[in-house]
Amino acid sequence: MKLRKWRDLLGTKLMLLATLFISSLFFSIIILLLFKSSLVLESSSLVDILFSPNWNPDINNFGLAAIIIGTMLVTGIALLIAIPISLLTAIYIAEYAPGKIRRILRPFLDVLAGVPSVVYGLCSFLLLVPLVKNVIAPFFGIQSTGLCIFTAAITLAIMVFPIIISLCVESFSAIPLALKEASLSIGATKWETVKKVVFRASGPNIFAAILLGFGRAFGETIAVNMVVGGIPRIPSSIFSPGETLASLIASKYGELMSIPLYESALMLVALILFFVVFLFNFLGVLVLRRARKRWNT
Amino acid sequence: MILSVCVVVGSLLVIFGLVIYHGASSLSIEMITQTPDPSNALGGGILNAIVGSLLLALPATGIACIISLGIALYLQKEFTHAWISGFIRFTLDVLWGIPSIVYGIFCLVIMIYLGMGSSLVVGIIALTLLQIPIITRYMDEAIKMVPIGLKEGAYSLGSTKFETAFKVIRRQAFPGILAGILLGLGRGIGDAASILFTAGFTNRIPTSLFDSTAALPTMIFNMYSLPSGQPKAFASAFILLLIVLVISILSRILSKRFTKHIIP
Repeated sequence: MKLRKWRDLLGTKLMLLATLFISSLFFSIIILLLFKSSLVLESSSLVDILFSPNWNPDINNFGLAAIIIGTMLVTGIALLIAIPISLLTAIYIAEYAPGKIRRILRPFLDVLAGVPSVVYGLCSFLLLVPLVKNVIAPFFGIQSTGLCIFTAAITLAIMVFPIIISLCVESFSAIPLALKEASLSIGATKWETVKKVVFRASGPNIFAAILLGFGRAFGETIAVNMVVGGIPRIPSSIFSPGETLASLIASKYGELMSIPLYESALMLVALILFFVVFLFNFLGVLVLRRARKRWNT
Repeated sequence: MILSVCVVVGSLLVIFGLVIYHGASSLSIEMITQTPDPSNALGGGILNAIVGSLLLALPATGIACIISLGIALYLQKEFTHAWISGFIRFTLDVLWGIPSIVYGIFCLVIMIYLGMGSSLVVGIIALTLLQIPIITRYMDEAIKMVPIGLKEGAYSLGSTKFETAFKVIRRQAFPGILAGILLGLGRGIGDAASILFTAGFTNRIPTSLFDSTAALPTMIFNMYSLPSGQPKAFASAFILLLIVLVISILSRILSKRFTKHIIP
């Protein structure tokens, strides 16, 4: 009897320990990154670093503006491509597709979500890079090596499809049937119902899905690193090479340990990455939780 | 609408087609049974990466699944207040989305602080941290579905909280738990950014926990840009996709099979 009590106590405490560990992980990442990046923040102010376009570690210039612009461009274009396509696909799966096609499409999306990011990078390096170099960029009259912001954006768009689609399908399917029936019964066409009832009723969910997709695209490292070109300058067009925050860390890590100030600057980049992704995920999860409660009651 | 579905499905098919086409042509017995040539890193095979990937992902998933099970069971209302478990679920959701490179950097800094080099063990830790949020959230969802009558039955027979959690609830939630573990394994085996710094890259099969090791994703990342390295990259991608597919199919089959053994 006593043994069982002890085992209960010990087991419970171990579980508590695991729980404490995971919640402390979050804070320890922030503290460690803050601590490590304090060195570069001492040498120049945060505003200087964020708005100076010169990334030149050799003369201690760690301006991140060019890289931040590159990141925003890549992520923005990726979402511009991904949002309409994912929304239409989600609507098709939730409202139009016959049961058979739906049963085929769902595992497809799961697999698409499970494909490792290096594989996306590899395929896009072999297929998209020559395509952009030889066909798309000359079509707009621009010389390009193919390793550019546009290629990275397309790759990212494909990577965020499954996230946005699966969250949207989930929310479209959760809308009460009565709402749709009411719209159809007063003579609205199916498309009108989709546009005015389904989209509006799941507005917050769509917003949250986009936020979470943004978080994924913003932090994606390897696939972007393979096709973006890796040149930290302000890009002159979307067909010129650029650099993103996450990809910068991956390409410079070899030089990381040699110079303390350089290392500290890269830690600052990681901190910014962490903070932005945290913010978007935080908002996304918050909106999603609110939205989920809506139809349950 | 149909067009956008075609774009989504098409992109997946193109990826698979490309990898299978190039992968199958560059895959040979030598490729998967040999380590790279010591004198010429482009020669030989990718055995070191296959073994490295398994050595990294399997222990990481094992550790992550023990820790996650503890957390997920602890999030029930017998153990914690609702607001604490709400906060922890929220933290896990946010941690899920944190880019894997941040985990990599985090482990790298700790590694340097401890005076270690890039090694198998640090890679395992990085992957474990990456997998815990994913696995925990899945387990948590499965545990939430356990009918309350089952718990009440166990308590009324005199079980302690811990016994109920590990003997009754764990069994009932097993299909969901398994799905979570396999999903975590799939994510861990394909991730490159977190092990890029922490596990390093070598041409040899690691012999101890403190050796650095290659893995399939880092093999692709190191080889893709060299034209003569591309066969290796594609062979790695092929095996990686194969593993991911097998995991995905396995999780469907297993969760169906184990669903038979639970009380509906």
